[in-house]
Amino acid sequence: MKLTVSLSPHVHGDDSVRRNMYGVCLALVPAMLCSFIFFGLGAIAVTAVSIASCVFFEWAINKYMFRNPKSTVTDGSAILTGILLAFNMPSNLPLWIVVIGALFAIGVVKMTFGGLGCNLFNPALAGRAFLLISFPAQMTDWPVVGQGFAAVDGISGATPLALMKEAVKTGDASLLSSMPDLWDMLIGNNSHATYGSGVMGGGCLGEVCALAIIIGLIYMLVRRIITWHIPVAILATVAVFTGLLHMADPMYAGPAEHLLSGGLMLGAVFMATDYVTSPMTRKGQIIYGVAIGFLTVVIRTWGAYPEGMSFAILIMNAFTPLINNYCKPKRFGEVVRK
Amino acid sequence: MKTFRIGGVHPAENKFSAAEPIKIAELPKIAVFPLGQHIGAHAKAIVQKGDKVKVGQMIAEAGGFVSAPIFSSVSGTVQKIDAVTDASGYGKPAIFIEVEGDEWMEGIDRSDSLVTLSDRPDLTDKDIIEKIRNAGVVGMGGACFPCHVKLTPPPGSKPEWVIINAVECEPYLTADHRLMLEHADEILVGVSLLMKAVNVDKGYIAIENNKPDAIRLMTEKAKAYPNIEVVPLKVKYPQGGEKQLIDAVVGRQVPAPPALPVSVGAIIQNVGTAFAVYQAVMKNKPLFERVVTVTGKSLAHPGNFLTRMGTPMSQLIDACGGLPEDTGKVIGGGPMMGKALLSTDVPVCKGSSGVLIMNGKEATRAEAEPCIRCAKCVGACPMGLEPYLLSACAQHQMWDRLEQEDITSCIECGSCQFTCPSNRPLLDYIRLGKSTVMGIIRSRNAK
Repeated sequence: MKLTVSLSPHVHGDDSVRRNMYGVCLALVPAMLCSFIFFGLGAIAVTAVSIASCVFFEWAINKYMFRNPKSTVTDGSAILTGILLAFNMPSNLPLWIVVIGALFAIGVVKMTFGGLGCNLFNPALAGRAFLLISFPAQMTDWPVVGQGFAAVDGISGATPLALMKEAVKTGDASLLSSMPDLWDMLIGNNSHATYGSGVMGGGCLGEVCALAIIIGLIYMLVRRIITWHIPVAILATVAVFTGLLHMADPMYAGPAEHLLSGGLMLGAVFMATDYVTSPMTRKGQIIYGVAIGFLTVVIRTWGAYPEGMSFAILIMNAFTPLINNYCKPKRFGEVVRK
Repeated sequence: MKTFRIGGVHPAENKFSAAEPIKIAELPKIAVFPLGQHIGAHAKAIVQKGDKVKVGQMIAEAGGFVSAPIFSSVSGTVQKIDAVTDASGYGKPAIFIEVEGDEWMEGIDRSDSLVTLSDRPDLTDKDIIEKIRNAGVVGMGGACFPCHVKLTPPPGSKPEWVIINAVECEPYLTADHRLMLEHADEILVGVSLLMKAVNVDKGYIAIENNKPDAIRLMTEKAKAYPNIEVVPLKVKYPQGGEKQLIDAVVGRQVPAPPALPVSVGAIIQNVGTAFAVYQAVMKNKPLFERVVTVTGKSLAHPGNFLTRMGTPMSQLIDACGGLPEDTGKVIGGGPMMGKALLSTDVPVCKGSSGVLIMNGKEATRAEAEPCIRCAKCVGACPMGLEPYLLSACAQHQMWDRLEQEDITSCIECGSCQFTCPSNRPLLDYIRLGKSTVMGIIRSRNAK
């Protein structure tokens, strides 16, 4: 009888790339369903086109450019990028722009660097940043939630983040009184609130319902797909920093408004925790999270854009190799150095 | 419940043979004794072809201080001294003995009566260590470090505790578990002998809480020994690693190599070693048999066997219903740190804690995928290292960087590779890097 001889360990813990990738996809389902409910047909179309084009580009580049016999197209990472990219777009975005976003995310940001595991930047976020710079008008046209299947040509409006920015610019704290109430922000229904003469807009697909994202976070923590370090570091930093600002001057919106508005929750839970582009050690992850939280508030409060989450994460993606280099885990015992 | 602080994993336990009482294995027809079955210098054969030997007769003497003598487990005639492939996969010189009858040496106490320390008030610490040394006792957990060397700490270090490793953290293995259930009294005498040998007045017996019956029994029996405490530990691999065990039991962390466990005051011995020490000192019986677990998912009747050294593993497998049709891999030891065997003819040695049969499906490694940098290996490493980095640096032959990243601290437990979602052969590369770096350090120190 021929026996296999290999080195230990001889058993494996059944974890796999697929389990993790599809696990995150599953964690995104509540937020996806919320986006379908709030934005209707437009959301479904954007999500479907985004996933389909991401998977297509992953497959095509693997097959025709890498000529890789073992394609990474079935491991779920392209589907995940597709969902996250769609989550970063408004539901009324023209579908050809969605395709361009997917091509940039997969083709440029992910595959140029060597594919799965090699990219420096989060593909979905880099795709969003690319689109935001290239198509600023379409990317910041926020449909009002709850228009159901009429949403494609529906009414749009500014988001609470724009209002918060306006309050800081004018120094007029009374503007903040027309913010949606916190329960509506948690659920994702901004349509009870008004902004200027219009109704407040909903925002990107995935960020609309903070509650659905928190459900996804709990699911990922329970299944040990991610650890708490990055999301908690980001959310805590934002809460503390905006809390201090709010105490100093009420024209700055408070922690609850910041945490529940815009892409903060989505970014902290699903974007910053991307395995490939986040630091490897617990200490590094905390530093990374704190820096993202800090940069987000800085951009939101004093920057040119109302939302700073995606830029903050992309900036810290660039710092990840540096953080990995300097943040070592605590070694067992005291290491005696010569 | 106590456990070690950094990293660790929890593989499926699969302790199929936990309820199987220890059976006595049949005598082999030919017993084979490799001369190098411990850490340190090989033993030197003192018998020749044609010599008649008895059970318990010394057939090879220690080759130095860090070495151990080897005793025949059978009576018969020395057939030849020749190379044999042992569990390590390397050829080693070995003594082959053709078995005739079962005639024991004079002076070995074969009765079941318990001899306690109070029966032998004359024993001094030096006597105990001398007896252990002359009986060829080595660490029975698998590493086979000569026991008397551990009991002779270097000058300047002061032992404070004897910690008995009874965690048996490897999945499948149940030899230590059964030994505790069936020989608790002897083990406790063995522990007090070890404590007396190094002059400490505190002993711990560390048992993982997947063996509640052993914890109950040992705690009950240990009431008669006020200085010995049974410590239940939360199940986590690699708790049986010396450094992890010390951290779990007394909360001290041994510094990086070359520091020894005794530098934080701990002397670690396996529970099987404690039993062997009892037999060596109180029963005058040298180390020539041990309990071996024979197990596997496809095996008909997994079991635990009191086996004479030199018995081929194939004989134990036959006693369990024979090698299953679908066998893909046979492992000497447990699935996390055991060695895959080239053939089942390998003889049972002092460190053979188990034989594990894996079917073809289990024996096949899944194909490696790209590293997704999930950091799960970093979280699992019990030494606080970064396995993904060590593996990548070894792949690119960056030896200096590997030394900086403390690769020599790696205990090769395999937790990183076990946990890797991309099925990467992390430990294969780390072993390569570690042995190269150790070689570089050795040659640098030699200059």
